[in-house]
Amino acid sequence: MNSSGILSVVTFVYGFAAFLYLVSWIFKKPEPGRLGTWVVFAGLLGNVTGIAMRWMESYKLGYGHAPLSNLYESLVFFAATLAAVYLVIEKKYGNRIIGAFTMPFPFLAMAYASLSPNISDRIQPLLPALKSNWLIAHVVACFIGYAAFAVSFGLSIMYLIKDKDAEGKSRLLERFPKTGVLDELNHQMVMFGFLFLSAGIITGAVWANSAWGRYWGWDPKETWSLITWFIYATLLHARLMRGWHGRRIAYLSAAGFAAVLFTYFGVNLLPGLHSYGAMGQ
Amino acid sequence: MNSRKHSPIFNFFASVRLTVTVLLTLAATSVFGTVIPQNQNMDAYLHTYGRNLYRLFSVLDMFDMYHSWWFQLLLTLLAINIIVCSLERMPAAWKIVVKPPVFNPSRFSNAAFQRQVAIFSLDAARPVLEKALSRSIGRTRFEQTSQGYWLWSEKGRWTRMGVYIVHLSVVFLLAGGLIGSFWGFDGAVNIPEGESVKSVRVSNSGKSIPLDFEVRCDKFSVSFYDSGAPSEYRSTLTILEKGVPVLTRDVIVNDPLRYKGVNLFQSSYGSLPSQNLVLSFTSRATGMEYREKIAPGQTVSIPEGLGSFTITAFNKDYQYKGHEIGDAFVGMLTPPAGSPVEVVLPVKFPSFDKMRKGDVVVAIDETETRYYTGLQVTSDPGVWVVYSGFLLMIAGCIVTFFMSHQQVCIEVRMDEKIGGAVIRGIANKNKIGIQNKIDAVASAAAAIESKNKK
Repeated sequence: MNSSGILSVVTFVYGFAAFLYLVSWIFKKPEPGRLGTWVVFAGLLGNVTGIAMRWMESYKLGYGHAPLSNLYESLVFFAATLAAVYLVIEKKYGNRIIGAFTMPFPFLAMAYASLSPNISDRIQPLLPALKSNWLIAHVVACFIGYAAFAVSFGLSIMYLIKDKDAEGKSRLLERFPKTGVLDELNHQMVMFGFLFLSAGIITGAVWANSAWGRYWGWDPKETWSLITWFIYATLLHARLMRGWHGRRIAYLSAAGFAAVLFTYFGVNLLPGLHSYGAMGQ
Repeated sequence: MNSRKHSPIFNFFASVRLTVTVLLTLAATSVFGTVIPQNQNMDAYLHTYGRNLYRLFSVLDMFDMYHSWWFQLLLTLLAINIIVCSLERMPAAWKIVVKPPVFNPSRFSNAAFQRQVAIFSLDAARPVLEKALSRSIGRTRFEQTSQGYWLWSEKGRWTRMGVYIVHLSVVFLLAGGLIGSFWGFDGAVNIPEGESVKSVRVSNSGKSIPLDFEVRCDKFSVSFYDSGAPSEYRSTLTILEKGVPVLTRDVIVNDPLRYKGVNLFQSSYGSLPSQNLVLSFTSRATGMEYREKIAPGQTVSIPEGLGSFTITAFNKDYQYKGHEIGDAFVGMLTPPAGSPVEVVLPVKFPSFDKMRKGDVVVAIDETETRYYTGLQVTSDPGVWVVYSGFLLMIAGCIVTFFMSHQQVCIEVRMDEKIGGAVIRGIANKNKIGIQNKIDAVASAAAAIESKNKK
């Protein structure tokens, strides 16, 4: 089986994990959730194996580059980062309902990568502009940041749901983490994501300076990453300095994640230099 | 905040409300420049937007919005806000950082996190608690009380400076950008193989500026993958000072040549008309083939009295009846009688002229591909300021987000039958971190104490 085959299977493993967490939450049974953890673990293992195999396959083809060079490869890496970040949170906070709101993301990322007719899973040689030592650092930093923001988005949704039921009437929300915990965890994820987004923008700027002769050029991808940075910077200041909590932070986090999605996918619809991530590549 | 002390203007610039407003305005307005293509020519805009929208957009500087006065004003506001906010708050934080640590038990009295550990002997417990405390926090201080003693330790005082490091980094980025826009330039130049240049054309003004040295392109080559996609563009460049070569190096994408503060980047390439061309003229009447050397602009006469031929032009992407046929020379064939005819000579298709069914078939017999390299030439004295800002930002974010000023104190007393140690902790942020620290101290102390008891 080649890497694409393994990665298609991983899609369904992640989907199954998300399903188990949902079942565990809705029917209040701990067993499916516990199984879910192992399924995520298996999925992550397959995901990492797939990435490693793809790396080796690219050497066999004579191209020899890290599998981080197009939309398919970035989605696959994104899914792995998300699953890893989720497992860390589950270990730390021991609440598997978060899995029901987080694990759909790696499933959707993998499903989009594997099933969309617009995305090619062929291993292609690197274009001259991508031949740089900064490629790995830049892409890895960006996607760790994106993964943290995706988790933060999932937590914001949970917060908004939990907050609607202030009197605790809903039996479904009984085992939800307390709003305070969700809020705090959300903040942690945003700080983590912000650090890596900053690192991603910075490594990108240093790379751009060696490839294109300028560290910043207001290319749409650059600009949108900065827009994302502005939104999360607003969130951090509003929370730390003006004491914003709860709903407003959750909305800002959702707006930030919308900007992340546009930076990732939407920008490909606009003209610019970052066309490597575009469809059909 | 002591807002009474300052003028309203100072308070305006020191407010976090301004920070939030400016950041969100920057985020919202930045969107326009990604939707409206920047720095295109006027006709393209008129065609896309029509006259009215075009007028509106050009009044608002939307076609070069990131350099417009209002966007620069927003950035300036952000810079002033950052500086004023930091000046307002940093002195107090700095005082805490530099002042000698003084233990004040009352500050721990309503600490949110505390744990209790049973103690069996005041003196035996002391080294145990000190060890646990110094392992998880740092140097431990001791203070005797009437019923027992206090142990106290702290770390990370300096981390209160983290946020100011981040703010300073943003100032560095903006300052570096400003330095670059005043004293730097961004230009481009095309150099044919074998030729050299002494000046470059600046991208945004179109002006030509001289370089302190001469750049010669010795050779340009492009290689392809089997799929036909480009694999590498490579220019061999030589730097000449007063006509003397001082440095020869290959430049590829992602590996520029830096010389005397000027950076030369591989950015494009193209082909040029060959200066030495050999054409073949085949007479339809006799079937004889004659070869003639010719250069662009030159005229040769064709044997057998078939007339004369001139190379008039070279076209890089010749369109022949809607088909792209690539590099092509265009010539004028003047027969002895009748009017001149235009002859197209595509480099890739030597027998192309047979189609014309003329008295003489003209074809390219020998040609050499000659390239020019397209270089981006930049100079930016602000780049090191910006890079310093990058390092400060990463370091500052790590300190601000993941480190804190933590203090833990242990109150040990033996006033009743059973002794006890109360471990309390405070931190300026990251409350979960301090909770973990207290748990660690408590369980380490409990473990060792129970072992001692046995």
